[in-house]
Amino acid sequence: MGKYGKFAALIAIVVGTVVWLAAAGMKENKTYYKTISELGQMGNQAYGQRLRVGGDIEAGSIHRVGQEVQFVLVQDKLRLKVAYNGRDPLPDTFKDGAQALADGKLDTDGVFRTKQIQAKCASKYEAKPGQFTPTAASGKGSV
Amino acid sequence: MENLGALAILLAFCAAIYAALASLVGRLKNKPFLIVSAHRAVYAVWALVTLAAAVLVHAMMTGDFRFAYVAEHSNHAMPTLYKFAAWWGGQEGSLLFWSWLLATYATVVTFSNRRKHRDMMPYVTAVLMVIQTFFLILNNFIANPFRMLANSEGQVIAAGVVPDGNGLNPLLQYPAMAIHPPMLYLGYVGFAVPFAFAVGSLITRQPGDGWIHTTRRWTLVTWLFQSCGIMLGAAWAYHVLGWGGYWAWDPVENASLLPWLSGTAFLHSVMMQEKKGMMKVWNIVLVSSTFFLCILGTFLTRSGVVQSVHAFSRSEIGKYFVSFLAIGIAATVYLILDRLDYLKSESQLESVVSRESSFLFNNLILLASCFAVLWGTLFPVISEYATGDKISLDADWYNRLMVPIGLFLLFLTGVGPLFAWRRTSLESLRRNFQYPGIAALVLIAVLIAAGMRNFYALISFGFCLFVALTVMVEFYKGGHSIASKNDMSLVRAMIELTHRNTRRYGGYLVHMGIVLMFIGFTGHAFNQSEVKELNNGDRMRVGNYDLKMIDLKQGENELYAWHRATIAVSKNGQSLGILEPEKRFYIASKQGTSEIGIRQRPNEDLYLNFGGMSDDNQRAVIQAYVFPLVSWIWVGGLVLIGGTLICLVPSKIKMQYARTEVVGYTKTHATVQK
Repeated sequence: MGKYGKFAALIAIVVGTVVWLAAAGMKENKTYYKTISELGQMGNQAYGQRLRVGGDIEAGSIHRVGQEVQFVLVQDKLRLKVAYNGRDPLPDTFKDGAQALADGKLDTDGVFRTKQIQAKCASKYEAKPGQFTPTAASGKGSV
Repeated sequence: MENLGALAILLAFCAAIYAALASLVGRLKNKPFLIVSAHRAVYAVWALVTLAAAVLVHAMMTGDFRFAYVAEHSNHAMPTLYKFAAWWGGQEGSLLFWSWLLATYATVVTFSNRRKHRDMMPYVTAVLMVIQTFFLILNNFIANPFRMLANSEGQVIAAGVVPDGNGLNPLLQYPAMAIHPPMLYLGYVGFAVPFAFAVGSLITRQPGDGWIHTTRRWTLVTWLFQSCGIMLGAAWAYHVLGWGGYWAWDPVENASLLPWLSGTAFLHSVMMQEKKGMMKVWNIVLVSSTFFLCILGTFLTRSGVVQSVHAFSRSEIGKYFVSFLAIGIAATVYLILDRLDYLKSESQLESVVSRESSFLFNNLILLASCFAVLWGTLFPVISEYATGDKISLDADWYNRLMVPIGLFLLFLTGVGPLFAWRRTSLESLRRNFQYPGIAALVLIAVLIAAGMRNFYALISFGFCLFVALTVMVEFYKGGHSIASKNDMSLVRAMIELTHRNTRRYGGYLVHMGIVLMFIGFTGHAFNQSEVKELNNGDRMRVGNYDLKMIDLKQGENELYAWHRATIAVSKNGQSLGILEPEKRFYIASKQGTSEIGIRQRPNEDLYLNFGGMSDDNQRAVIQAYVFPLVSWIWVGGLVLIGGTLICLVPSKIKMQYARTEVVGYTKTHATVQK
């Protein structure tokens, strides 16, 4: 081994281990992100594969049925029925009209079953030029 | 008023451009008066941006809802603190805050160096003003905070003006959340300064380390703010969001971690340059990368390019950040390659068991983790380019990687400081590591005997003990030596020891803080949880705790509707008090929040979350968690902060290291005169 031989070997071991862990992780822990329209386009391939679907929560669609919470995600005119039966309660940001991401699988009955929901966070960092929507939760009820 | 604000940022934009140009021209053409006028322009930029910020803040405090920004992020009912904090609650205001912080930093740097480093400073000023110009472009033309809904006569410009605003989301109305963005920004923006100095030193072909000495304290303070910002975010997530976790590897969380990782690598590798003249190119690369990662983080949080709970929608602003990054990186790479000759190393690596080697591996592992987090965060974008499918990687993927990486780093924390420069003798190795090593192995054996089988947890506890002992022995040895020579008590001697070399012993304290945090992280492996629907009088068990719901109330006030469960906690028949988790529903924003009931103790937290009401609205859904050792994370964070503050105190004894320093280069060969 030359002067830097030992270093090269150790570095190779460290980097190699990291890459191996990352690659193994990618096989097991990846989810495909799809919009509702893309989901529809997947056809039969959509069933059984772990996916993440995003959309807006249709107003009035949130129902609790037994241990499950059912609601409908919309994107433009497309609707997707979702059933959530995870252990954790739904996030506080989960409400009518909020944007949500559901991580799960599309069942053969057309319902997307998920154990993990993310809903949009409180901080408003997106730029909506000139848009102030007074109908959405404005001054009513506050002093 | 709004015209005043808009004019102020427009003038600031012009002044910043002038400052950059005057600085450059003045330096290149050797015209000192231009350089002085550039300094004045820098101060003018600060004054103007401050004026603009004051106009915006005033509008928020007085509830002037003609301003679109005020209407979107503030309302009458909000407490004063949050009215002020709403300044950075949205896109336009937070970008103005960025500009204001940068202007403040630039002013401080320019003023304190106005008579020093005359060679380099004009370039430093120019770089800072170029960055300032970019953000002022955003403030003026892309995300203007002075958009109006109505003008001063009250004439409506946009439809639907209401006499009250939307208000800040109740999830953000916590003191920790109010200061979390400023802390992070102080950290993000701060790295512009060491970066500007690095570029300045490259341009002026300075082979020495003037720029590192000058910016050392600055870099440390910036890093401290970043650390505080990240910990505040974690503490908020834990106490407010109700899911019991403190870190989810969400893209925006990752964005704050990336510059912290490379910044930590930089803080360590500069020591190599100071003591041995090595890693010169690498340090410039590191500080530039850290700065660009700060910009990337600012970009990721706002552009919607990566799906996150923090940022869903796509925004125009992304394009500008990408252009800025591209131009900046290209220019920096060109400069580095062009000046490579002046950055030659003065020493070389000799042995694997040396201080240099441990810094090398420290950097390697920190940068590997930085790259891994970056890869994971950008993977949806990368995979979409490569395969057309957007693939995201979840928290498990990150934990798989980061746990072993973190443990290796923890190991280095113990051995690195005790390796000698150049080569550590076998005798020294044995002396320093024999007893801590044996103690760690004994601890692991004891834990296995007690039934613990989690591999990573065992390794973690072993390493934690190992590092803790090495640090304590260092304090003891040094303190004992001073105490016996000066007839002092051991404690006083240790304080004296620390004061004599604040960098070293402050650093040891920071490492201790990391050890405590790792103890806290390891507790996660033993978390327990239970979910149950409870009626009055019902019981549940989690861990060793008996929980009994003794009351379930509900009500409404002018701000929110609430449900509260009163839970009696006992262990082994002994009552431990009452916890009252609550669920609130804020009327104005239609936002639900959880007020957790928590009992924090050094060994574990008992954490109760009111999940909601059952379907028939009769019972409360209570989630109960036991989180072992989690408080050590917060304690460790405080120790880390304390250690960093100690590092900033000037040492009693200035350490000088004899070193061959390169003072200059000539392009022609020397000839021997006969």
